[in-house]
Amino acid sequence: MTMSKLIWALVFLALSLVAVPWMIVATGRSDLYYTLTAVALLAIASGGVWLTFYIGRINIGQAAYALLGGYVSTILVVHYGVPFWLTLPLAGLFCAGASVLIGFPILRLRGVYFAMVTLVLTEVARLLALALPVTNGAKGLVNIPLPGPIALFGIELLPDFAELANPRRAFYFAAVVLMVVCYAALYRLVHSRIGRLCLSLQQNEELASSIGVNVAYLRLVIYAISSFLGGIAGAMFIAISQSIYPSSFTIADSINFMLNCFLGGLGYVLGPILGTFLLYFGWDLLFKAGQFQLLIFSSVLIALMLTLPNGLLSLRLWKQTERTVDG
Amino acid sequence: MGDILQISNLTKKFGGLVAVNNVSFSVGEGEILSVIGPNGAGKSTLFKLIASFLRPTAGEVRFQGQRISGLSPHVVARIGVVRTFQETTIFKGMTVRENVIIAHQLRAEASLPGFYFGSPTARRDEAEFRRSADAILELLGLDRVQNEPALALPHGHLRALGIAIGLAADPKVLLLDEPFAGMNHDETMRAVEMVRDVRDQGITILLVEHDMPAVMQISHRIVVLNFGEKIAEGTPTEIQQDEKVIEAYLGIEDETIGI
Repeated sequence: MTMSKLIWALVFLALSLVAVPWMIVATGRSDLYYTLTAVALLAIASGGVWLTFYIGRINIGQAAYALLGGYVSTILVVHYGVPFWLTLPLAGLFCAGASVLIGFPILRLRGVYFAMVTLVLTEVARLLALALPVTNGAKGLVNIPLPGPIALFGIELLPDFAELANPRRAFYFAAVVLMVVCYAALYRLVHSRIGRLCLSLQQNEELASSIGVNVAYLRLVIYAISSFLGGIAGAMFIAISQSIYPSSFTIADSINFMLNCFLGGLGYVLGPILGTFLLYFGWDLLFKAGQFQLLIFSSVLIALMLTLPNGLLSLRLWKQTERTVDG
Repeated sequence: MGDILQISNLTKKFGGLVAVNNVSFSVGEGEILSVIGPNGAGKSTLFKLIASFLRPTAGEVRFQGQRISGLSPHVVARIGVVRTFQETTIFKGMTVRENVIIAHQLRAEASLPGFYFGSPTARRDEAEFRRSADAILELLGLDRVQNEPALALPHGHLRALGIAIGLAADPKVLLLDEPFAGMNHDETMRAVEMVRDVRDQGITILLVEHDMPAVMQISHRIVVLNFGEKIAEGTPTEIQQDEKVIEAYLGIEDETIGI
């Protein structure tokens, strides 16, 4: 990552961690913390979906991994007393492992066939959550304790969320930092040679295979990373709402994750952040339209996709940065 | 000139159809050898067999004495036998240079995590790929269009890019599938020069082609297939006078073989 990219990331962090809380205090709209936290976490899950688009797969199954990650984290916290912050990476890794097993057969499929199977995956996850004893069925798991403190060598790195006066703000900070870390990692991935290899899969799998790209392996790795992101986003979301049900993440979420990517632009790694932000706030802003909310919302989306098929970021309101020709 | 490739009794059946029937010949190192024959003679199947994209029903292909039939295509490519594609198969969304750089993947020594974290091996790989890509682009006259998106290239450059992608694998033997198809006379002449330049790099060339004047001009030797069988083998002059070849191309010999 070049110096200027690092500076932009720091500017973004400063804006979100200092300017936004200041504005929230000034306007008294503390409900915005929850909204912005949701945007950050949904953007992480959408980033995973974006990555599967990058290898040429339409992924409508991210909600399955968000749900899985949420349950893994909750069960570890509730039944085994594992600290939440430890369950966060564990939930991600569990989802990555599961996605390798699931991806091995289904990643051979392409186009609409892969999309259909992943769509079914979301529903399978919901039905599993209903049926398994460990998830407590439709009644769900409630009263999940808030994350405890993290201490390293006696120094407290993160406070006990239950003792905070404003845990919403703490979650907001955690979610923003998590999002920046995830997208920095994604950015590095896409701009390394691996990103080019992913593009080669997207554009021509036969040729990619014949020039020596281990197509099956790369597809699995990418799908696992994608599911990891879905898992940690789901786990964090559940920690905030302190309850999880089989309907916590549904097909509608899977579709929204995909729409976030379309809206922001499939060619831009930061696209899903913008897409998630606009989609989430756009929907809320249209609340006043009442019964016409969905009608207006979908019409605007369709119009946007028709006029800007490469996403909002293709507008390029700023000077185009030089093409990275890193091989 | 030692033999670099030996094809012995190669046979491929698709159900009841014998696409390639008991074909044997060898290719000398540094040679340009063309495989010709009427449509459906089994030329493309033969190529796929040599590059191991297909498994032979019987017979075998040896590269420098080592049996390569039955190995997977990327292993065969890494050993040194590389095929380019009949269609203009390229990465359309990348620039010309990006296409050639990415095509070096067979030679990559670094792992995926290595490429992610920029390990010394990965850095060495990437520097080497860029250097090699620039050399290939210059050799094929693509350096002037290297930053163009590949999908915007004219026909002749596309074909050259296909060859560049093949060269990136550092082949000892390059199989070219109809490199002159759809080209006008001038383009063909440039392409003939290009193929000769590639051979001068020490790469043995095997090509399937319909353009007879080009074949006669470029080839050291020619193998003629008809209905899956080899009916003749020899220098261009020998082939032009061969009775069986004239018979196979009966009626069109004047224009096609240029007799």
